[in-house]
Amino acid sequence: MQATSDEVLIGRIANGDRLAMQVLFTRYHVRVFRFVVRMMRDASAAEDLISEVFLDVWRQAGRFEGRSAVSTWLLAIARFKALSALRRRPDQELDDETAEAIEDPADDAEVLLEKRDKSAQIRKCLSGLSADHREIIDLVYYHEKSVEEVAEIVGIPENTVKTRMFYARKRLAELLKAAGVERGWP
Amino acid sequence: MNMINKEPERHEIEALLPWHAAGSLNRRDADRVEQALAGDGELRRRYDIVREELAETIHLNETLGAPSARAMEKLFAAIDAEEARAPRRSRSFDLAARVSEYLSRFSPRALAWTATAAMLAIVVQATVIASVVVEKGGKSNYDVANIDSDGSFAVVRFTTQANSGDITNFLGAHKASVVDGPKPGGLYRIRLSAAPLPRDEVSKIVKQMQSESKIVAFIAAAD
Repeated sequence: MQATSDEVLIGRIANGDRLAMQVLFTRYHVRVFRFVVRMMRDASAAEDLISEVFLDVWRQAGRFEGRSAVSTWLLAIARFKALSALRRRPDQELDDETAEAIEDPADDAEVLLEKRDKSAQIRKCLSGLSADHREIIDLVYYHEKSVEEVAEIVGIPENTVKTRMFYARKRLAELLKAAGVERGWP
Repeated sequence: MNMINKEPERHEIEALLPWHAAGSLNRRDADRVEQALAGDGELRRRYDIVREELAETIHLNETLGAPSARAMEKLFAAIDAEEARAPRRSRSFDLAARVSEYLSRFSPRALAWTATAAMLAIVVQATVIASVVVEKGGKSNYDVANIDSDGSFAVVRFTTQANSGDITNFLGAHKASVVDGPKPGGLYRIRLSAAPLPRDEVSKIVKQMQSESKIVAFIAAAD
């Protein structure tokens, strides 16, 4: 049986169908939550924020024009709300950048173990990327968004999407190299 | 072997590798990348690095957990509060919304891409508006206002891109309703106000409506 398409759900939501709202929420709330957690680095704030994201969907479903996928629209709303929330917490990005710049003074036993685990190192360095770089990597790799969709969500030209992704990966390679993981690229 | 010797071309293909790994490239680009990978060992090695990043990004995100049930409770509490403050219109006869749902089953991109589909959309739009105009009852903005001479009116032609949802929202936003149409040239007569307004007030409303060029192709005040 084919699941009801996202567009049909939005049509029903526009018509005040609460069950359709519940289905859409169930379908996407985890992904939206994770996208916001990665932006805000605060699970509690992200949980509060996703309720607002879906409330916006409830309010604006009638205006959805179907020019992009529903998931793209959801992530664009989530991104806007997360950025607004971050702007109210100006210290957040400073913390990110500071954390990124801080080098471990000495390798303790746990770090040594991590260094032996390349996968863990990659994940650690992914977390250490700047907000812009984390965002693009997540949208492409985890949310499976095309170049066009990323451009729409982030609000940048398609060529910039490709360039930003390249520099995000390059930065990741640099962080890995600094952590002792050499991958031979770039 | 089909190794890419031109550096700009290789750079262009390499830039697409993350999307190829995630499966979000269109068929044409995916074929280009596949072809390049088949003949270029260095590109294959770089692709393996991309796949490693992709796997770890998924792993990382999957460890982020999920929101608690509180998120959904909070959402529906907010919806309840909104509905209590300002209930939405009745759905007992919301033809505009039903047609909107019907139209939403078609891919809007496909509609935009083919002239045939665009023609169909125009016909459907005219049919929707015309059919609702002759219906009685309900609370849609497409509904027929009592046809009499009271009030202030305008004639309007909607753009071919405007769908039923756009038109419903547009009429709702301006507190207008369709009273007659379509007339020759795809024109509809709409009521701007139940009470007769001064001419300059009507001009102001018409000007505001005119600024919505995505919805309105033509509009003029009418008697």
